[in-house]
Amino acid sequence: MDNKYETIIGLEVHVQLDTDSKIFCSCSTEFGREPNTNTCPICLGLPGSLPVLNKKAVDYLLMTGLALNCEIASYSKFDRKNYFYPDLPKAYQISQYDLPLAKNGHINVKTKEGEHRIGITRIHLEEDAGKLIHEGSIDSSSGSLVDYNRTGVPLAEIVSEPDIRTPEQAREYLKHLKKTLEYLKVSDCNMEEGSLRCDANISLRPYGQKEFGTKVELKNMNSFKAIEKALEYEQKRQRKFIESNKDIIQETRTWDENKNITISMRGKEEANDYRYFPEPDLVPIEIDQESESKIKDNLPELPNKRKNRFINKYNIPEYDAEVLTDTRELADFFEDCVLEYNDPKEVSNWVMGEFLRLINEEKMSISDTKINGKLLADMLKLIEKGTISTKIAKTVFAEIFYTGKSPKDIVEEKGLKQISDQDKLEEIVKDIIADNPDVIEDIKNGKDRAIGFLVGQVMKETKGKANPQMVNKMFKEKIKQI
Amino acid sequence: MIDQKEVKYIANLASLKLSEDQVKKFSKQLSDILDYIEKLDELKTDNIRPTSYTVPVKNVLRDDVVKDSLDIKKVLKNAPERSNNQFRVPKIMDEEKK
Repeated sequence: MDNKYETIIGLEVHVQLDTDSKIFCSCSTEFGREPNTNTCPICLGLPGSLPVLNKKAVDYLLMTGLALNCEIASYSKFDRKNYFYPDLPKAYQISQYDLPLAKNGHINVKTKEGEHRIGITRIHLEEDAGKLIHEGSIDSSSGSLVDYNRTGVPLAEIVSEPDIRTPEQAREYLKHLKKTLEYLKVSDCNMEEGSLRCDANISLRPYGQKEFGTKVELKNMNSFKAIEKALEYEQKRQRKFIESNKDIIQETRTWDENKNITISMRGKEEANDYRYFPEPDLVPIEIDQESESKIKDNLPELPNKRKNRFINKYNIPEYDAEVLTDTRELADFFEDCVLEYNDPKEVSNWVMGEFLRLINEEKMSISDTKINGKLLADMLKLIEKGTISTKIAKTVFAEIFYTGKSPKDIVEEKGLKQISDQDKLEEIVKDIIADNPDVIEDIKNGKDRAIGFLVGQVMKETKGKANPQMVNKMFKEKIKQI
Repeated sequence: MIDQKEVKYIANLASLKLSEDQVKKFSKQLSDILDYIEKLDELKTDNIRPTSYTVPVKNVLRDDVVKDSLDIKKVLKNAPERSNNQFRVPKIMDEEKK
């Protein structure tokens, strides 16, 4: 944004891992249940209760680490992070301090300035905290209500290096991260339900300076758009401060979605001192080469790899491949269809066109629709055979999309078969010629394009069912004879 | 040596209110304890890995299976105050600690 100051951004992302039970107890992780009904002595932190680690949470974290090019720790342990806040019934959070399960990874992001590698410092496993609801307004409230259902839901905390230089890179990093997690199926990454949360650190420094400037932590941004906007706002605010020789205070600021500004949440009165120490109730984790390889070998094909394979194997444009691999479900849909109908570009056109148009219009997810790759392939075969016109196919497509009926049945039921009957078409063509003497005159005078208008009239007459190629040919022949 | 400033700092982290007399008293006691523990520094530990755990057990894991949670009545049984099946706690001033 400016050639005097360099922006330094680091992101801290918390992702809920999509396990059935909590990280240290057998309570359900289901979202939206009645308050405190998913709790037990362990996640309530009652005296004498002991945590036992969920194997799936560890596996999911290792998958995430490997997919993000991390080194996996051969020896790892949990630690207590101590602080007082009522969302933590134990007065400490079980987290990982000096020996995280994964570290030293990276993500490559592409922006208009080119490709950029963003380091991942570490990924560790920890427990989520409960939810606080303040009674009345914040100022006048007399108390807060605590729901511990979320307490103990497994979280992966993914910390980036301060390698991000623009708000756009931050957004691309998050998009890539989310896409990877969705491909791995380790998290649903639903920002509205809080299963993906992001905090950002941002500071500015003059180009060429080695030391970092004073950083500010940004919180409460609940969409990628909000994160980008908050970072852009903060960039401008800090630059103004530096240029007018005011000190930037190291503090936490919250993003105000309505006013589009960041607001100070009071400076940190004391440095955070969490007095970490090893969690004595849990034993250490050791991961040998064999188990690491096993997880690595079972990773699904990741977005970038799949995209490149699509370009090479199916010979489709890079843009198509990018769109089609945006989610694992969409890529699967495309490949299922190509398996049955071997014209990848045609399939891609339908998937990116009608399919995504309806999905976006209806705000549906792919699993909500009734169509699948095989049904789309069946429909494309009907077009190829000339049973239906491309125009009618759109109607058929929408019907499959909503009902899941076979295209053949839909065509029968609704009488959508293309009219390729020579005599029938000839009759209509004759009528149209008789009705449009002016247009015929134009065509005879060399305005060939007007034939399109006549074909359109036939299509209108037949509700789109006429075979347009046949009609076009007929007009040419007939007009020549006049 | 744990000076009085440090005692106050630790007390604050632990949300304890100490009188000036107590600060003085604990400063001496905590220093004495640390001095005593420092005796361990006499041991040569150059080739010993820091010990976090004393029992040779590792990788204790459970399968990801949901079991019944505690009955809501029992969950809230010890709560001094409750409202709508939630724990009611005093107003929290320090929002940014989260």
